[in-house]
Amino acid sequence: MKLVVLVKHVPDETVDRPLTDGVFADDLTVDREALTCRLGEPDEYAVEQAMRIARRRMDVQICVVTMGPPGAARALVRALALGADEAVHVVDDALHGSDAQATSLVLAAAVRRIGFDLVLCGTASTDSGMSVVPAMVAERLGVPVACEADAVWAGEDEVVVRRDAGPTTDDIALTLPAVVSVTERVGEPRYPAYRSVVEARGKVVRTWSLADLRIRPDEVGLGASATVVRSVTPYAGQGPALIVRGDARDAAERLASYLSEHQLI
Amino acid sequence: MQPVLVLVECDGAEGAVCVSGYRLLGMARRLGSPVAVVRRPVEPRVIAALGRYGATRVCVVEDMAEPAVGTAGAGGARGVASTAVAVHAISELAWQMSAAAVLVPSDREGREIAARVAVRLGSGIVTDAVDVFADPDGPVTVQEVCGGAYRVESVVRGTAPVITVACGSAAPAPAPAEAIAEPAVELMRVTLPEADRRVRVVARTRKPDRRPSVAAASVVVAGGRGVGSAEGFALVEKVADALGAAVGGTHAAADLGWCPHDALIGQTGAIVHPRLYIACGISGSVHHRAGIQHAATIVAIDRDPTAPIFRIADVGVVGDLHEVLPALLEELARRRNPAATEAI
Repeated sequence: MKLVVLVKHVPDETVDRPLTDGVFADDLTVDREALTCRLGEPDEYAVEQAMRIARRRMDVQICVVTMGPPGAARALVRALALGADEAVHVVDDALHGSDAQATSLVLAAAVRRIGFDLVLCGTASTDSGMSVVPAMVAERLGVPVACEADAVWAGEDEVVVRRDAGPTTDDIALTLPAVVSVTERVGEPRYPAYRSVVEARGKVVRTWSLADLRIRPDEVGLGASATVVRSVTPYAGQGPALIVRGDARDAAERLASYLSEHQLI
Repeated sequence: MQPVLVLVECDGAEGAVCVSGYRLLGMARRLGSPVAVVRRPVEPRVIAALGRYGATRVCVVEDMAEPAVGTAGAGGARGVASTAVAVHAISELAWQMSAAAVLVPSDREGREIAARVAVRLGSGIVTDAVDVFADPDGPVTVQEVCGGAYRVESVVRGTAPVITVACGSAAPAPAPAEAIAEPAVELMRVTLPEADRRVRVVARTRKPDRRPSVAAASVVVAGGRGVGSAEGFALVEKVADALGAAVGGTHAAADLGWCPHDALIGQTGAIVHPRLYIACGISGSVHHRAGIQHAATIVAIDRDPTAPIFRIADVGVVGDLHEVLPALLEELARRRNPAATEAI
């Protein structure tokens, strides 16, 4: 059984507060050179989930894939330390500024080339947080998709996921091959042992360019992006912390408004 | 004016339109003439309501294999096939009508539909837009990034961009009276290819009425020493029940016997990953913060404005929780009251 985990090298929010200058480069893309980056936390849960499937079967091979600048290879090394067997890094200068369409095109091509039974990914990246790439990759591969799974069981030719559907909890079966994105509720990632960190250095990281995936450079990157960012303005309307003081009734009303505005209740 | 497709959910009581549907129609009016896509048979009063908010056409989409049975049925009882039905219908309609844009609500299903439609149409995709307006260059979307610290305005190029709209982004407003017309209703039957039947629901369990466990809950309400007493803790439990949330406690609350030890949140207890975490009377010790740092949104209610919990909270309420929580319960009950929401 071949598991492919899609991961992303994202700015580490615990190191750099995103409120300072320097988040955005001159072309209004996120300036990854200037920020401390790490393997995305949701991706660690996906790698962990792959490890849990691998523990129950003999024939599982886990391959992690990322697309990003040369520095993104560090995310792959981390994923290898967490237990993945091999890694693929798609790196090409033309990829700079790719949007979700281009990203899904590249990742789908890479996954197809690797071959897969199950593709796992985190629900959303912690930087852009669009959470559409898993479904887009699945659509391009022509396989079923289940997003935001709270639990995953892999069978011989199907995968069953459990997810929260408001008043009910649904168990959904997908015929393999399939794509599944997992939430942080699937289970804490392990802390890698020193031994696996050392072993990760010996594992293979393959580097593919766009030409390897037979994708033309004009199909991806900033030029092919469907959205053109016009302006990025600091928004003072809502700081990191909204502090409500005063009368209890008034405070409760403002709190309830905040919660419903952010779709939390 | 070019048509703008809007996916409208009719999951409310008795097939009523969800508030998100009206909001989306309001935004769609700025880009063109809204066409509402609904996935269940609708009653005349629902069609009239959609018309009031600007829908010029209503497309009722049905799965050939499983025609919907009447308008009855609780919200959320749809099968997973309805996602595929929406994807097929919207892609087909957007192509036929050469739609100016496609608007869908930004929830889990909405995002999946948006992603798959965007791939099929080869069009651009924008998620969690808080505002949308027309511009000579094309539709302009406004998004909030980095936890709301920046607002990003972007122009969407290409045909039929797919935009998911963040809920609660704007209050729904009815269309001006002169623009209101009875929308034309069309029925569309979709035949899903076999490939889309490879996803199926194998079990659907109603959530038990008892509270979920803290580790797996998507909403957690927790109390600490500031709650004051076991009676005070009952208030925390009431709020949790009102939100369908799990009840958690700090080390102090668990040691004092106010909450069971398996509800302890912190370094030595459960590490939680809820969408919403409400801390009541919790100062925010290092031990406790280690357990809640993965929470998406943290709300803190405490008397002491210098409590460390306010440094990591997204929303802080400085006040006595014995007054704020009852007021919050009342407020939640008021918002849930159907008589109050019918007016929208």
